[in-house]
Formats: sequence, structure tokens, C-alpha cells
Amino acid sequence: MLDDTNAKPLVSVRDLKMHFPIHAGLLRRRVGEVKAVDGVSFDVMEGETLGLVGESGCGKSTCGRAVLRLYDITAGEISIDGVEIGQMDQSRLRSKRPTMQMVFQDPQASLNPRMPVRDIIQEPLDEHTNLSLSEKREKVLELMDAVGLNRKFATRFPHAFSGGQRQRIGIARALALNPKFIVCDEPIAALDVSIQAQVVNLLEDLQEKLGLTYLFISHDLSMVRHIATRVAVMYLGRIVELAPREALYAEPLHPYTKALLSAVPEPNPALAQKQRVVLTGDVPSPSNPPKGCNFCTRCPVVQDICRTDDPETREVQPGRFVACHFVTPETTTTADPTAGPRSQELNQQGEET
Amino acid sequence: MTMQSVAGDVSGAEVIEGRSLWQDAKRRFLKNKAAVVSAFVFLFLCIFAFFGQFLSQYDRETIDFTLMGANAYKGVPSFETGHYFGVDSDGRDLYARTVQGLRISIMIGIVGSLVAGIVGTLYGATAGYLGGRVDGIMMRTVDVLMSIPFMFVLILMLVMFGRSITILFIGVGLISWLDMSRIVRGQTLSIKNKEFVEAAVAIGVSPAKIILRHIVPNLIGVVVVYMSLLVPTMILTESFISFLGLGVQEPNTSLGALLNRGAGALQSGVTTWQFYFPLTVFIVLLFALFFIGDGLRDALDPKDR
Repeated sequence: MLDDTNAKPLVSVRDLKMHFPIHAGLLRRRVGEVKAVDGVSFDVMEGETLGLVGESGCGKSTCGRAVLRLYDITAGEISIDGVEIGQMDQSRLRSKRPTMQMVFQDPQASLNPRMPVRDIIQEPLDEHTNLSLSEKREKVLELMDAVGLNRKFATRFPHAFSGGQRQRIGIARALALNPKFIVCDEPIAALDVSIQAQVVNLLEDLQEKLGLTYLFISHDLSMVRHIATRVAVMYLGRIVELAPREALYAEPLHPYTKALLSAVPEPNPALAQKQRVVLTGDVPSPSNPPKGCNFCTRCPVVQDICRTDDPETREVQPGRFVACHFVTPETTTTADPTAGPRSQELNQQGEET
Repeated sequence: MTMQSVAGDVSGAEVIEGRSLWQDAKRRFLKNKAAVVSAFVFLFLCIFAFFGQFLSQYDRETIDFTLMGANAYKGVPSFETGHYFGVDSDGRDLYARTVQGLRISIMIGIVGSLVAGIVGTLYGATAGYLGGRVDGIMMRTVDVLMSIPFMFVLILMLVMFGRSITILFIGVGLISWLDMSRIVRGQTLSIKNKEFVEAAVAIGVSPAKIILRHIVPNLIGVVVVYMSLLVPTMILTESFISFLGLGVQEPNTSLGALLNRGAGALQSGVTTWQFYFPLTVFIVLLFALFFIGDGLRDALDPKDR
């Protein structure tokens, strides 16, 4: 590949669409659809962490769940570890599940309150392995060690644990089948700050030890900066910018990314940005996105073309993809030397309409 | 990691046993005095219903001819004659008949609520979890069945196929699960969107196992409470049918049938014990069951800790 990081895509998503139907009226006719994810393409390289950021309701979580096929997707291709799962039916998909796992946002809700921790972590083993009970029990205890839970708590129930411990249980469950790819759906959003750091460090340690690949969904931009190798910014169901972490945080190219990053609080007053980009107006409804560029209703540098033509996603610098009419290879400065893994010819265009 | 250092401090026991929500519920139930007393009363009534006949020298169907024509003054409740509850208008031992009637009533109640508990829970959970068209078809079927006046159908069945306990059990079983399946479906709809169900899908658990392993255990609280409240309803249904003279067949009897006869005796105003003994047992049974149901509802409160 083109640089030192191994740039073989483990997960490759092309033109993923997830539309939820809206039924209304007496006959529950389909009157429209919420375009939660509307043509998203990206690759996740083996061993890397792709951060997926965006404001609430932009479709990040839906995107993560759709990639794991927790939903039946409307259109698109998803290939994980060389297997195309986009249109595979759920019963066949079940045998593919061990490769891909998920860590959920709410550690309280993601654990069955009627099951002791041991059974929760053991469930994936029950489903996909033929180990004997004692082997499974042993594996469960090993997993609990791996995520830093005391073995003695194995027969306790989820309500006896703190939020951080519950999240560790969730992580242990996700690791049980030695997955390659884990979608972390805001795994730290429900935890308080000191625990967030612990959980993120745990995720990083595990990645290093087990060679995991993460899709890390978060709205916490500083946390994503800490953990992600590359970052994708979503707005209203689309990826507007996808770039290596350093490059993105140093020099955001898309106007929305600029606005988003300028909202990150800077603890050092000397470094605090002078010009804060404040967006006005609300996010348009995903059931009725604007014509042209999705961001045209709020963009500070909007032009006429934005209201008529949907911008294509272009690779404006090596490894940097932006969907904006006014960010072109010519308009951007030379490639950032700190740029992370350069994706080879990924042809990551968004769909054209 | 910090967890391990914390863990080191509590190394007293080998394995710390978790306290499940069930154990919590048991503790709360045991704190509820009315419920505990009622549970004992119910237990006592069950023992009475199944073993009470051994205390009596008479059986339920033999007419005591020594009291012929003298029921009103010789058939009174008394320890001397051995007719603890007196005799009925035909001269049969009322104690033995009450024991037997109570047994039928308790069995009807338990069969009805078990059918409701098992069929209703599985049906409702399946409909709720699968959703969509399956849910539509399954729940509309329930709606159709519910729109049939079942008491009427049951009476017709008893008239057509003859009065028998089996038909009564079938009839009660047919009605009882409908309400339960609706309640369970509603609960399932809220549970199936919880993340732990999604986690199970992500693990690759099949829908049938998700229903049995994740949905049903979380429904049990509601189901148990509803079942305990259903027992008295079933007993009342049976009593009503028997009161109309359609339920169990002679010489068998049930509390409802006994009350029916007793009510007749009440009008004559002489052998009134025929009414009051079964009535007392009936009321005690219903009160005990309602208090147990109430205690269970408090103990299994869905507001988890």
C-alpha cells in the first residue's frame, strides 16, 4: 500500500441507504420516508479506528447499526472481511455475526436485567461455539479479566454494577467471539468523564492486543480526536468530509466541519479561536431534505449552485474526501504532511443526483 | 486497572453471589404482611381442599339416612354427629362437599391461569416481537375471539356436549388467554426496542431464542401478577356457570354449585348453614388470592431499582 499503515479495507460500505417509511392516515399508507442514512460510502482499514461524528439526529447511530445489518437496509453494499452482507437475509447472516460486534450506548439498557453477568457474557459462546459448559465458564472469566472486571462478580446481576462496570460487561460480551470489527455506538456518552477515559483506554488497549477494528460513533469531538485514526463527519444522512484525524482537526475543509470544530471548547484561552462559526437555523427534516446540497440551508458560504446541484464527494487531497462544490483539489493547499493513512483509489464518491 | 485494586479489598468470599431481581422481589413480598398471611391462608385452603376429606367419616355422595326427615334440627353443624358443617337438604355431609367443591374451584382457577400464563404469554410475545403483518393477523384473531360472547358459547357447549368438568376446563382455558396475550404484546413492544434485545440480535441469537431468553423473563413480573388476579376471576366464572346449574355434574360439586343450593336453602330460612359455610370458604379464598396478587404486584413492581 501507499504508506506504513496497512491500508487493506476490512469493512467497505458503498452507497448505503437506510430509509424508514412513514405511515399515516386511516389506512396506514406510506406517505414518505425518513432518509436517516442517504448514500454513505466509506472504508474502514484493518486495525484502524474510524471516528464517525456529527450532531444529534444526523444518522450516525443508524449508520453504525445498518453496517451491522441490525436493520434491513434500503440499498447499498456492505462488505465485511470480504463477505458481502448488504442484502443477505437475517437467518444466513446469523452465522456471520461473530466477525462483527457492537458496543452499545446505554450500558444499563444493553444488559438483560434478568441475567447474571456470567450468562450475559456467555450467550455469544452458547450461540456460536460447541465448548463444554466448564470451558465456556473459563472463557467468561478470562474475558472478565481482559476488561478489568473482578471474577468474583460473575454471578451478580447488572443492577449491582456501576455504569462503567456495565460498559465493561458489554465490551466483554462483544469480545467473546474474537470479532474483527466492532461498532462502538457512543460507548462513552452515558458515562461520566472520569469513567469515559477508563473505557476509552480499555478500548484502545484491547485494540492493540487483539488487533481490533473500530467504527467509533460519537459526538464528543475531543474523544474522537483521541481515539480515531480517521474521522468521517456526517450531516443529515451524508458524509460531508472524511479525512485523517490530524488533517481534519488542523484544517477542516467543508464549511460544516469548520462550524462543528469551532464549537469544541478550548480550555486554553490563549489558543481559543477568535472566529467562532455559528450556524443559524435548524437541521432540515431528514424526511424532506433540501434540494441540492444537504447543507445549503445553513451554509455560511452558500451559492446558487448549492441549491440546485448535489455536490459530489471528491478526493481533494490524498486521503481527504469532501462533498462541497467549493472545495476542489485546486482550492486546497498542499497536502498536510501529518496526514494519516492515505487511502488508495477508493473511488469514494457519493451517489450522484 | 482500578477495578482489580477494588476487587482485592473484597476478597472475603470465594464468589460473591449476585442477588437477582427475583430475590429482591421475594424480600419485598415477605415484608408485606397481608400478602404473607394470605399466602399461608391459601396454602391452608389447598391442603384443606386436597386432604380435608380424610378428617371426615362421611363421603360427599352418601345420604345419611339416619337424619331422614330431620335435617333441619338433627343435621345441624356439630362435632358429635361428625357432620362438621352439617348436611345439605338431601342429607349429604356438607363438610365433605365443601372440601370437594373447593378442590374443583381451586383447580379451575389454576388451570385457567396456567393456560393464560403459558398460551397468552407465548402468543402475545411472539406477536409483539415479530411485529408487522404477523402481529396484525395474530392480534386481529384475538380481537375476533374476544368479540364472541364466551359465556354464551360456554353455556351452549355445556348444553350440547353435556355437563362435564372437561368441557368446563376447556371453556375456561379458551377464554382466559385472550386478555393476557394483549397485555403481554403491549409489554413486548416496549421491551423489544431495548438495547439488550438488539445486542442479542447482534450476537446472532435466533428470534425464537430471543423471545424465550430475553423477552419472556422480562415479562414474568406482569404475567405473574396478572395470573394471580386471574385465579379469582376464573373461580368466579366457574361459580357463575355452576350457579346457573350448568357446571359440574352431581355428585361432584363446586363452590358455585354449593352456593346455589345454599341460596335456595336460605329462602326456606331453616338450613341456612348450607349457605354460610361454602360462602365463608369462598370469601376467604378470594380475599387470600387478591391479597397475594396485590403483594406480587408490589414486589415485582416494574420500576426496577
